[in-house]
Amino acid sequence: MIELLLFYVFAAILLFAATVVITAKNPVHSALFLVLAFFNSAALWLMAGAEFLAIALVLVYVGAVMVLFLFVVMMLDINLAPMREGFARYLPIGALVGLVMVVEMVLVVGSEQVNLIGATTAAAAGEPMSNTKALGSVLYTVYAYPFEIASVVLLVAIVAAIMLTHRRRPGTKQQSIDRQVRVHKEQRLRIVTMAPEKRD
Amino acid sequence: MVDLSHYLVLGAILFSLGVAGIFLNRKNAIILLMSIELILLAVNFNFIAFSHYLSDIQGQVFVFFILTVAAAESAIGLAIVVVLFRNTNTINVGDLDSMKG
Repeated sequence: MIELLLFYVFAAILLFAATVVITAKNPVHSALFLVLAFFNSAALWLMAGAEFLAIALVLVYVGAVMVLFLFVVMMLDINLAPMREGFARYLPIGALVGLVMVVEMVLVVGSEQVNLIGATTAAAAGEPMSNTKALGSVLYTVYAYPFEIASVVLLVAIVAAIMLTHRRRPGTKQQSIDRQVRVHKEQRLRIVTMAPEKRD
Repeated sequence: MVDLSHYLVLGAILFSLGVAGIFLNRKNAIILLMSIELILLAVNFNFIAFSHYLSDIQGQVFVFFILTVAAAESAIGLAIVVVLFRNTNTINVGDLDSMKG
């Protein structure tokens, strides 16, 4: 009973935050409410027994991705007025499409043929182990190759983000490694011969 | 007792909010990226709900990979937005017509 109450509280805050994300005038508010939505999702995932992923969501999304979003939003000096035009025009069609999708999906979930409404927890197989241990025991054995591919995807993301945003501004002083390596002795060192000084 | 259908309906509403956000904010590239994050979150909700109610850990493994790919996607997307703003001084999607598509 208390579990159901908690679910409704977290779900209500989550849906409210998601609504503000898509309707807020200021993108900074959108980003901050998206943080709130991620926190409530993490709480709901904890209730569903996915402890590791809930903490990963907080660490990766709230800690890294949303900070990146906030950086970009605050770094770019955006003129907000032209962005908002067409909001009122697209509000009816957007609300209509959203509503139709919700109704369709709820009908599918609640229909007799699919029969998901009455589904309850199946008996857990095997000995009970913590969620993190269970996830790790599968991730590093059965899904070892996908795990490696995921790391390559992250590496590609790092390289692509740096390559896209890195620029060499003219007029800045910087090292030229190849010219440093190619340098010869004659270019740096000048041997002069001079007569010894006379002692008086 | 929280049923599977509770999570599925919540995921459906969240997904629809994300889609509606794409309709409403068609001009602002950053809000579009945030709507995509909402949609991916809704999909993750379904995976975790089924994983819990079927007692199968593989759904959570899939969510792990979705989180990885989504993080990479948003990082590259934001990098593209930054480069776009640097070159054209706008992130209005309506102004991006240089390819005459």
